[in-house]
Amino acid sequence: MSFLSYLINGISLGSVYAIIALGYTMVYGIAKMLNFAHGDVIMIGSFVVFITTSATGMNPLLAVLLSVVVCTILGMVIERLAYKPLRGASPLAVLITAIGVSYFLQNIALLLFGANPKSFTSVVKIPALNLAGGKLIISGETIVTIVTCIVIMIVLTMFMKTKPGQAMLAVSEDKGAAQLMGVNVNKTISLTFAIGSGLAAIAGVLLCSAYPSLTPYTGSMPGIKAFVAAVFGGIGSIPGALLGGVILGVIEILSKAYISSQLSDAIVFGVLIIVLLVKPTGILGKKINEKV
Amino acid sequence: MALLEVKNLGISFGGLRAVDAFDVAIESGQLYGLIGPNGAGKTTVFNLLTGVYQPTEGKILLDGKDITGKKTIDINRAGVARTFQNIRLFPALTVRDNVKAGLHNGHRYSTVEGILRLPRYRRVEKEMNERAMELLKVFDLDKEAEYLASNLPYGKQRKLEIARALATDPKLLLLDEPAAGMNPNETNELMDTIKFVQKEFKMTILLIEHDMKLVSGICEKLTVLNFGQVLAQGNTKDVLSNPEVITAYLGE
Amino acid sequence: MKKKMLNTTKNNLITYGMVIIAYIIVQIFVLSGSLSNLMQGLLVPLCTYVILALSLNLTVGVLGELSLGHAGFMCIGAFTGAFFSKCTFGTIPDGLRFFLAILLGALVAAIFGILIGIPVLRLRGDYLAIVTLAFGEIIKNVMNVLYVGKDSAGFHFSLKDQMSLNLADGGEVIIKGAQGISGTPKNSTFTIGIILVLITLFIILNLMNSRDGRAVMAIRDNRIAAESIGINITKYKLMAFAVSASLAGVAGVLYAHNLATLTALPKNFGYNMSIMILVFVVLGGIGNMRGSIIAAVLLTLLPEVLRGLNDYRMLIYAVVLIVMMLFNWSPKAQEWKARHSLKKLFGRKDTAAKGGN
Repeated sequence: MSFLSYLINGISLGSVYAIIALGYTMVYGIAKMLNFAHGDVIMIGSFVVFITTSATGMNPLLAVLLSVVVCTILGMVIERLAYKPLRGASPLAVLITAIGVSYFLQNIALLLFGANPKSFTSVVKIPALNLAGGKLIISGETIVTIVTCIVIMIVLTMFMKTKPGQAMLAVSEDKGAAQLMGVNVNKTISLTFAIGSGLAAIAGVLLCSAYPSLTPYTGSMPGIKAFVAAVFGGIGSIPGALLGGVILGVIEILSKAYISSQLSDAIVFGVLIIVLLVKPTGILGKKINEKV
Repeated sequence: MALLEVKNLGISFGGLRAVDAFDVAIESGQLYGLIGPNGAGKTTVFNLLTGVYQPTEGKILLDGKDITGKKTIDINRAGVARTFQNIRLFPALTVRDNVKAGLHNGHRYSTVEGILRLPRYRRVEKEMNERAMELLKVFDLDKEAEYLASNLPYGKQRKLEIARALATDPKLLLLDEPAAGMNPNETNELMDTIKFVQKEFKMTILLIEHDMKLVSGICEKLTVLNFGQVLAQGNTKDVLSNPEVITAYLGE
Repeated sequence: MKKKMLNTTKNNLITYGMVIIAYIIVQIFVLSGSLSNLMQGLLVPLCTYVILALSLNLTVGVLGELSLGHAGFMCIGAFTGAFFSKCTFGTIPDGLRFFLAILLGALVAAIFGILIGIPVLRLRGDYLAIVTLAFGEIIKNVMNVLYVGKDSAGFHFSLKDQMSLNLADGGEVIIKGAQGISGTPKNSTFTIGIILVLITLFIILNLMNSRDGRAVMAIRDNRIAAESIGINITKYKLMAFAVSASLAGVAGVLYAHNLATLTALPKNFGYNMSIMILVFVVLGGIGNMRGSIIAAVLLTLLPEVLRGLNDYRMLIYAVVLIVMMLFNWSPKAQEWKARHSLKKLFGRKDTAAKGGN
């Protein structure tokens, strides 16, 4: 029974990774950049919920909504100020700028909220599920996380069929051609950042509800892991992000439980390396051949 | 015996026969042309000859030695050098260093000798510089030796690619549309240069070209490719007057 | 032909000269006692960062591959060197021991460079970056749970805890998991650091101007063309990567012998460190060795200079970084600079184009 409960915890953690990975994958697909600041948007989103619920006693659901709005705007502002001026520059330059943005967000949070870990109160009010006569307990957070992830995946898949979704696909396929066909490239990229950052806020809340210690560096490691998940599943692919995230979460929890809690990160990264060596573009990634 | 002998060469890409039953024999010192409409599989033949693609069947013999299915670098070492349809220079290296890169296998010293600048480094580098300048002179590029390759005008970039290929000291030189994008003056000049290379270096040359003036002007023999198959083969004059060839080019 | 040879040589001499002059100036400050303790403590780390930036620039600028795990090689060098020094303490004279520690650190880092490089260099671009990042995190993670002890029977290893080493009486634990190695002899000095910087420069600059360096840059510029002229892609990629890793290992040895206790924290060996080094390289100019040195020094000193601003200093650092990136790389800013710089307008590029016709 304990294996099943670890597995469910793994899927739950993996669902959070998957939601974060979506932000990475969509932005990568469309802007061909690794948005290193994505993890820190998660942290900002969590702080918004923390401050509003603990200081003003706002209704948690309202706080989450506010957090999504704040992060969506934040994502668009970051794109506009830091990344848009670099469109057409070397991808490495954009990467370093993203790192600068990441430092900036971390240090702003450090100034505003301090370095001491805040104890985040879960926003989930659903009682835990008792199965098999109390042998298998699934927490409310786990249920909400998995359900949220599934809903997001369904909504996003449906969204990709709409006109703005198609525009996104077009821009990620060929920016120039999309522009010629009348797609507003700037608006589409902005929209991608908005969606990715809004999802990051949700991921942040779910993450902090399950692991309730919040510092300015909270988003950093999950951000990196979600990025790994995105690569794992095949970067640029939405189902790939889901698959990569869940696999990563399960491996992490299972290796923590059965092998070594300290070595779990090494195992996660080790598996990534092996997968990439066997399948160099990730599980669901497309193979690209260079034309001679 | 022919320098290059290709027998029944073929390759499929997922069911599509890109090249089928391709045969050719090129004598040493010959200037041979490979022509055909767009998409006929000419560059694919080059890619097969240089090991970029592995043939699904057939044999490639260079100087009697079987080079079928070998790796690109081994085929180059066996004596096949090429240029590319879409120019592939080393843009951030100087013109001379592009040629010196081609001299890589013919002039050796170890990594340690290079870092410590031991006597052999100095001697071999000097040889390489001299050889590179000789080659650049042939193509009238010696004055631009210190420019970055990316700063050369288009026509000169094409020439530099040929110079770099020659630097590997090949037996067979493959030129993929050497005159593409050149104006008539440049093309004329290029024809002279190719003939000069053939004579001066006693080089065997196989070239792909669309410019009929160049083809009829310098190629001794031709093979015409259409839909991956050999349509006609033989002396340039005979091939170009072949009605089937004319139809393939101009349509019905 | 002569002109360019002279130019490269002159350029390299300026770089060496710059390092030596900086060294002399700092020494004058130190001797006259006008350098604060804080600044003096920063001198060896500065040399470490410079070596790291140079070695990463070999991977990023010359080989053209993005590595986000460079701190991993530094970590390997640091632990190898410190381990060696602790084991041989008292048996080999100080100077020789440190020299051997540096060689050993370089060697082991190079071996890891090759082991990682063989599978990884087949990947391209961002995938290579993510795998190197993963590698760096694995190294850091493993170092945090690695226990090594020594007793009369020899060395004992464990990935669990001190107890499972099963040391005999009188045995000594050398690497203590998350507590790392303590009591490494403090052999690193600013002078040794500068000498190592000069050696690193010597190796990289001479490599770039040799047959092997040309092969590496040819691969960077156009892999398919390099293959077509008979250059062995794997061999040269691996060579450059291994040299880069071994130099990072040297930086690690220098770093370890400047600390009383060496631990593998996210701060010093995690991806944050790898990224900091990458920032030096990109800001200093990809492939530009002198730029790497200047960027590493300025960006290390900047937070110290801003120390008076306390909490705001890292925020300002972040803003400076973003603004510098935008100013240096944005296409609009480059256009603006081109319009406002006579050198760019009538400089080399122009004559090159003219002469080319």
